[in-house]
Amino acid sequence: MTGGYAVAEALRQIHPDVMAVYPITPQTPIIETYAKMKADGLVETEMVQVESEHSAMSATIGASAAGVRAVTASSSQGILYMAETLPVVSGLGLPIVMCVSSRALSAPLNIHGEHGDVMAVRDMGWVEMFAENAQDAYDQTIIALRLAEKVGAPVMPIMDGFHTSHTTERVEVLEDEIVRTFVGKRQTEESLLNFKDPITIGTLALQNTYFEFKMNQEKLMQKTKSAFKTICSEFAKISGRKHGFFEEYAMDDAESVIVMMGATAGTAKEAIDKLRAKGKKVGLLKINLYRPFPYKEVGSALAHIRKIAVLDRAISFGAYPPLYQDVMSSLHFSASQKHDIASYIYGLGGRDTMQSHIEKVFKDLEEGEIDNKIKYLQ
Amino acid sequence: MNKELSKKLSSGHATCAGCGIPAIVRTVLGATDEDVIVSNATGCLEVTTTIYPSTSWKVPYIHSVFGNAAATAAGIDAAQKAISKKNGKKFKPAKIVAFGGDGGTYDIGLQALSGALERGHDFLYVCYDNGGYMNTGGQRSGATPYGANTETVPAGIESFGKTQQRKDLMEIVKAHGIKYLAQANAAYLPDLKRKAQKALNTPGPSFLLVLQPCTQVWKFPTSQYVAVGKLATETNFWPLYEIEDGKYTINNVVKNPKPIEEFLKTQGRFKHLFAEKNKDVVVEIQKVVNENMEKLVKKAQIS
Amino acid sequence: MEKGGIIKHDLNKSPKTGNWRYVRPEVDASKCIGCTTCVLPCPDASIEMRRRSKEEKKISPKLAQEKEIADIDYEYCKGCGVCAQVCPMKAIVMKK
Repeated sequence: MTGGYAVAEALRQIHPDVMAVYPITPQTPIIETYAKMKADGLVETEMVQVESEHSAMSATIGASAAGVRAVTASSSQGILYMAETLPVVSGLGLPIVMCVSSRALSAPLNIHGEHGDVMAVRDMGWVEMFAENAQDAYDQTIIALRLAEKVGAPVMPIMDGFHTSHTTERVEVLEDEIVRTFVGKRQTEESLLNFKDPITIGTLALQNTYFEFKMNQEKLMQKTKSAFKTICSEFAKISGRKHGFFEEYAMDDAESVIVMMGATAGTAKEAIDKLRAKGKKVGLLKINLYRPFPYKEVGSALAHIRKIAVLDRAISFGAYPPLYQDVMSSLHFSASQKHDIASYIYGLGGRDTMQSHIEKVFKDLEEGEIDNKIKYLQ
Repeated sequence: MNKELSKKLSSGHATCAGCGIPAIVRTVLGATDEDVIVSNATGCLEVTTTIYPSTSWKVPYIHSVFGNAAATAAGIDAAQKAISKKNGKKFKPAKIVAFGGDGGTYDIGLQALSGALERGHDFLYVCYDNGGYMNTGGQRSGATPYGANTETVPAGIESFGKTQQRKDLMEIVKAHGIKYLAQANAAYLPDLKRKAQKALNTPGPSFLLVLQPCTQVWKFPTSQYVAVGKLATETNFWPLYEIEDGKYTINNVVKNPKPIEEFLKTQGRFKHLFAEKNKDVVVEIQKVVNENMEKLVKKAQIS
Repeated sequence: MEKGGIIKHDLNKSPKTGNWRYVRPEVDASKCIGCTTCVLPCPDASIEMRRRSKEEKKISPKLAQEKEIADIDYEYCKGCGVCAQVCPMKAIVMKK
């Protein structure tokens, strides 16, 4: 099944009570598949076809605050349009899951896969996790829902638009019952439907209290890291598939390592296998949990790696790209402190990234072609 | 504190002395004994009743951002529909009332309102209309009257204030074909209560547009919101009427309406219109008030 | 601090808006006919109809009538004067 179908399948098993959606390529396979499931009576979710993404998240907020399980899905322009409400969701501590099929931002208009959209909203208090393939997308949707409701924070399981969302791959689906017991039911006392002890949600906090609210929110965000780890190990028990902060691929004796996220990691793995066959000591660190970023853990994982290339599928104008900045910060925690780090940007606007691009990166690293200039894998 | 009146919205909120909003809220919420959930846009009502750590709301209340009171209400409605499907008759859905100012309804929230109306969600949307962005200090909105002096379209040597007519929100909402909507006025609370009862008992979406004279920015003494509100209706600037299944009913046909000056002269925001050079602006206001009234009377006759 | 800033109504956390006043509405019991016109428009729901007890009658000879007249809760009344303006009998007067 495609990544989009896999996410819809995971949502069918999770069975949210409300799903407010607005269509945008490449997210549409998720909501179309889900709508068909509803039309065929496989789910009874209350689907609300809203008139904009701003209203999609607003309706999801209303439903979630009313105590039910509410999810939505979006991409690119939609995420920026609803961006006003994203910090509201995390600020109110609502366990909303938004499935993202990430795509480039206008202008110029581009409907293809890229991480520019989720990078634009990466610091608004949403947990962000990246999938490499349709299997990841399926697994992470389930993990995301469990994490959101356990910690009370919103989560974005992200897959690359088209490269994952529209590409058919083999996906192992769990039994409905197993998934249902894994995610359980959403329980909350504090809801708009509690008339005996009515809540006011969405308060006005002024200079004397706002600061503390934000500090508490950060404490909660840090707590999601450990919760994510526990849930991943529980998920491994029911699925046999290990998820974690990141995946270390052929890194034990590696001298040159690429750090990256998302679909193109698959291409990197194939390139690494080929180079390894030729005796090259190369490896990959694929980050799964991007926010909250596991700085210490990434630092120690890269401690013994001499040459590092960070591949970002997003561009930050006037700055180093986002993942590069995070990896640079995490290397502060590396014991050895002996690293040469290069920054590459790839796949903007859905541009295909070939194994040859990956091989070129490793060649640069091997030949010491490393400096602080950003390089582009066009 | 009046126990009955403060059952759902307690005293101890920070609206300006002499503000008409709390009376609107208490009258509307007082029009039902069923459980009610309030979805509120950012605005005067929200920032004066939910200042952390205190909230004046004694019913479930949600505020998220400025332009999505109706979309949030739609989400609550969807949640209740989902629960009803699961629990059947055992679950009694509460009434959902969305409150927004004219800024939050005519302008920034219009799209969310239109979507929620068109999708037929079960909720009542109440717009307290004070003709401008008062919480931010009296800036111009789509609801600001022609010729009014506001912070962003001030009257000056060259300008006489707002040069466009008000957006006709009632017609825009009516165009969605909803079953019941009405125009009311904070100075006529019994009339508002009757309309709120009708609206709350209407399945699907319903809408109330309620004039809320604002002492702070319209610039009249804190004791005058009822007096000024009455003049708005007595001069036909703000007629009271209902539209039920497309049928117009005018609630109090003002036999001989007072000249518009009676309404304008009570407010500082129109003071500049009484200068010689702005005489024709007042004439224009009167002309438009008469035309609008004629249109309304015609609609009431044919329906 | 409550997670997500979710709070519940607690009267003693709300400000006593009575201290906003610089003028104060006073009900003249001899004029008040108990018509409740002032009750609904009061922005702070601070007016209730109440029969005066015997002691109170002793305090102010004016409270002669044996009926429910307007009683203002000065803890929350902001002194806006709406009640005085709408009162048909001019029984409420704003005093310093």
